[in-house]
Amino acid sequence: MKTQVGLDQRVKTLDNTDMENGQPPYRVVIGMATCGIAAGAKPVMDFFQKEVEKRNLANVFVTQVGCMGVCRLEPIVEIYTPGQEKVTYVKMTPEKASRVIEEHIIRGSVCKEYTMDNQSYMKKQIRIALRNCGLINPEDVSEYIALGGYKALERALVQMSPQEVINVIKESGLRGRGGAGFPTGVKWEFTAKAHGEQKYVCCNADEGDPGAFMDRSVLEGDPHSVIEAMAIAGYAVGANQGYIYVRAEYPVAVKRLDTAIKQAVERGLLGKNILGTGFDFSLEIRLGAGAFVCGEETALMTSIEGKRGEPRPRPPFPAVKGLWGKPTLLNNVETYANIPQIILKGAEWFSGIGTEKSKGTKVFAVGGKINNTGLIEVPMGTTLREVIYEIGGGIPNGKKFKAAQTGGPSGGCIPNQHMDTQIDYDSLVQIGSMMGSGGLIVMDEDTCMVDIAKFFLEFTVDESCGKCPPCRIGTKRMLEILSRITGGRGQAGDIEKLEKLAGNIKVSALCGLGQTAPNPVLSTLRYFRDEYEAHVNSKKCPAGVCKAMVNYVIDREACKGCGICARNCSAGAVTGEKGQPYMIEQDKCVKCGVCQVKCPFKAVKKE
Amino acid sequence: MKMVNIKIDGQELQVPEGYTILDAAMSADIYIPTLCHLKGVNEIGACRMCVVEVESARGLQTACVYPVSDGLSVRTSTSLVRESRRTTLELILSNHDRKCLTCVRNRNCELQSLSEQLNIQEIEYEGETNVEPLDDFSPSIVRDPNKCILCRRCVSVCKNIQTVGAIDTAERGFDTVVSTAFERNLNEVPCTMCGQCITACPVGALREKSSIQKVWSAIAEPNLHVVVQTAPAVRVALGEEFGMPIGTIVTGKMAAGLKRLGFDKVFDTDTAADLTIMEEGTELIQRIRNGGRLPLITSCSPGWIKFAEHNYPELLDNLSTCKSPHEMFGALIKSYYARKMEIDSSKIFVVSIMPCTAKKFEAERPELAAMGHRDVDAVLTTRELARMLKEAGIDIKTLPDEEFDNPMGEATGAGVIFGSTGGVAEAALRTVAEILSGEPLEKVEYEQVRGLEGIREAEIEAGGIKLRAAAAHGLGNARDLMERIKNGEADYHFVEIMACPGGCICGGGQPIHPADKQARVDIKAKRASAIYKADRDLPLRKSHENPTVRRLYSEFLGEPGSHKAHELLHTHYNQREDYPEQ
Repeated sequence: MKTQVGLDQRVKTLDNTDMENGQPPYRVVIGMATCGIAAGAKPVMDFFQKEVEKRNLANVFVTQVGCMGVCRLEPIVEIYTPGQEKVTYVKMTPEKASRVIEEHIIRGSVCKEYTMDNQSYMKKQIRIALRNCGLINPEDVSEYIALGGYKALERALVQMSPQEVINVIKESGLRGRGGAGFPTGVKWEFTAKAHGEQKYVCCNADEGDPGAFMDRSVLEGDPHSVIEAMAIAGYAVGANQGYIYVRAEYPVAVKRLDTAIKQAVERGLLGKNILGTGFDFSLEIRLGAGAFVCGEETALMTSIEGKRGEPRPRPPFPAVKGLWGKPTLLNNVETYANIPQIILKGAEWFSGIGTEKSKGTKVFAVGGKINNTGLIEVPMGTTLREVIYEIGGGIPNGKKFKAAQTGGPSGGCIPNQHMDTQIDYDSLVQIGSMMGSGGLIVMDEDTCMVDIAKFFLEFTVDESCGKCPPCRIGTKRMLEILSRITGGRGQAGDIEKLEKLAGNIKVSALCGLGQTAPNPVLSTLRYFRDEYEAHVNSKKCPAGVCKAMVNYVIDREACKGCGICARNCSAGAVTGEKGQPYMIEQDKCVKCGVCQVKCPFKAVKKE
Repeated sequence: MKMVNIKIDGQELQVPEGYTILDAAMSADIYIPTLCHLKGVNEIGACRMCVVEVESARGLQTACVYPVSDGLSVRTSTSLVRESRRTTLELILSNHDRKCLTCVRNRNCELQSLSEQLNIQEIEYEGETNVEPLDDFSPSIVRDPNKCILCRRCVSVCKNIQTVGAIDTAERGFDTVVSTAFERNLNEVPCTMCGQCITACPVGALREKSSIQKVWSAIAEPNLHVVVQTAPAVRVALGEEFGMPIGTIVTGKMAAGLKRLGFDKVFDTDTAADLTIMEEGTELIQRIRNGGRLPLITSCSPGWIKFAEHNYPELLDNLSTCKSPHEMFGALIKSYYARKMEIDSSKIFVVSIMPCTAKKFEAERPELAAMGHRDVDAVLTTRELARMLKEAGIDIKTLPDEEFDNPMGEATGAGVIFGSTGGVAEAALRTVAEILSGEPLEKVEYEQVRGLEGIREAEIEAGGIKLRAAAAHGLGNARDLMERIKNGEADYHFVEIMACPGGCICGGGQPIHPADKQARVDIKAKRASAIYKADRDLPLRKSHENPTVRRLYSEFLGEPGSHKAHELLHTHYNQREDYPEQ
């Protein structure tokens, strides 16, 4: 019989820890995800801790938290006071921190010039997967529990049957956040129904898309949400063992996960007889060595088995024959991060968010030519325009938007004419891209789309595991053709050859990585074929990016003969006399573009 | 067996559940091209040649691994399928050296055949090709990565069947290469030289280190007396190289062909196999009677010996000290025969025709030189012999049957069955049982040790002793058996191990057949049944009845296990490091 052991007894809540004094109690949180640490959050954190101790400020509680999402403004410090709006300090340094302590904490007056207004940034966002990121200390299970953590597990184990859990997930409409968008509940049901004594639950935290860091942020900011969800999944499908496959390049995430697992075990939230219900579930971390293909589910499992990380053909699907040949459930980090909230708030609540076929929210790592680079979570159905202009703050330097790449190297580009397409699984596929795991790279008018296609293909060529010829040799041949085209050596028929090869790789490659590898080429061909044709037929790069087709010249009218260009040219290609217009010797020029950058009169042009 | 209904190209089929689309197609004689697939060895869906359209499945699916299910509908030759296969093959060819005319696998190459079948006449996607150094440091096997198409059949057979794992894929993407650990040469890794990788290879990326020129030179040297001996398994396979059906026995034609090549004497290694039984049987009886180390484990398979030296040093004392038959024979030719014929042993050149590549390595072991020079001077595989015959314009099909030469040409059926897994155990039982019981055997066939089960066991009663024997073939099975012995879970007197699955008849030096033929025809069973037929056809079927062997003991060696026999016919083994310091 199930017996309920109250979670509350185990918990010190946020409220009663720090907020007992008569004076305003301050909770000071410092964004200490990898991004924050890289930007210099550690000295800021140290400073706060030291000062609080030195000044004996009993009413101030300092803690680290995960990523708040606003990358460009790191390091970020937020101060919470009951009954007041939180204050967000950005681009913090120990010097600024000193003033914040002095003025805000001691004297109660906010240092306005260090703050940001996060109204517009947050306006369009709904945080489900990221609900705790930036809010709680990821290395303290009490804080997670204080905000309702492990309540969902408790509810599932005590009040629900495994099938009821599966039903809720199915009804919620949650689809896999790893990219392909397979209905999560259906996957759970397949695994639950598969025959086998031993089953496994795996978490795919092998985030590998260039520029994507959604999963890292969840693991660094809220590892327990994934752990709790995996335990729920284990209960639903009948598995007692789980593995989190996380790339070794995420040391902070690995450390926090490890700490979180240990704390969960100590609290009886993992291990034997969880919450006294008789359900056992253990979790282990497996480190990946940084192969992109190991994010593919079968390669991931092969890697967990200790073998060379290579995909295997499906069927049989993992739900039937997965890890060590046993039925295995595999979901991605963000998918899991949604689960506890769905269990607590119900399927109806979740399916009330989003579009008809894509429910809930999606986290995006927004980067490239956009003002507010960072991590956002928006409801499905938000348009690209809203993301780029309302949340992202538009394109820097007044440049024009050209396209956005979603789905990383497996996805495609979305051009200007589709700016108002709602972002969901199906409409993105319809316009030749895909949701992917959430990388969103914005490109402006200075981007050459052929060069972009080549960039992504270089990535897949490099990351191909080498098992099947279409990917191993086919993508290589495509890259050779693209290099020819961007190198000004494109031949008639090259574009058609690319299309034919791409078509074959899509249908014949072994795994998802290979099958989607041609997508960046196909989607840029779809929307920017004229750029390809200009490269091949006229040997011109319209964006002026492909060096082989660009010449730097000095406009004799604009040149004032100052000689700055000549002094800065490392190739000795700029010649002339002071006071007279200078010129560039094309056979010496290495096309580095330094002369153009240095010219105070904008006299150096590309043609 | 549960059956499912499927449809291939509109044809309704009922096939067992558990079949792949390829199995089902094959059962209905519907041809689907394959390249990486090697039934039971390499079923990984890597090469994408067998792609088909499966109704309601996205993209193309690989027939070799796609499990059938009720209602499945498949199309094997749509334009999408054909175009995809062609493109994939063109891509493979674009990174292949395409030196077919000078390739050892010319006209017996699966890539070449596919290229013809799929009507490839030009390669649309030429580009960079990988150029890797040749690894020809091993005395047995040459690896040519420039011909490798990365099908991984060699890797699977080495890792999964043989449990050796001397080679595996390294690097990734376009740089992927089949390599040894730390890119060492094959001579400096725990490779057993069994050559199963060669017979698994669809192209010429793996081949034996050829000794043909060395042998031609010896034959051409007037001062050398060149003696050739042929192993039992060669006679049931050589015919395949000349288009004869698998399982044809060509003993007489082979002897005739060898004589025409210019060898001075043509002997039968089977004679030495009988001698091995005398020595090994005596060793066994002595160990049983004197409480010696048991089980006694056979030592005729040099791949197995090297495997044991790497993996089971603690069991080396269990190995019979007998040299393998051809090495015994070499030693006797250079001693007994040399004296009898009054030829200086240094002027005798012994050539062994073997189904085996490890024998090449074995022949170079420093301790196998009883008379101060090599017992055996050159080892040729069955395939190399065929090449020499072809080079000399000899088609053995047209030759008359001729006899082996005397005085060392007689053999018994016991010697012949050495060629198949279980054969040595059976031959030993025939002799040992008779010696132990002191009575002539009525029935000489020990069915329990025959067949192709990985490990077979027999228990016979002779002279009041319950003699327990086991036979294992393939090094994976050998490993299982050794683990049981090591852990005290097996209690045998005598154990036969053959490195190659099926035994010598499917050795690494035997004729190679394409994978689709291997899937349709049980080559092991056909060659084995030829071996057992050759045994039945012989008047004498017990080693101790061999008149040549009797004469050898009476004229020269004295008793089995005598001091002289030990000097000439026995050897010792040493633990080997897997990755010796360079």
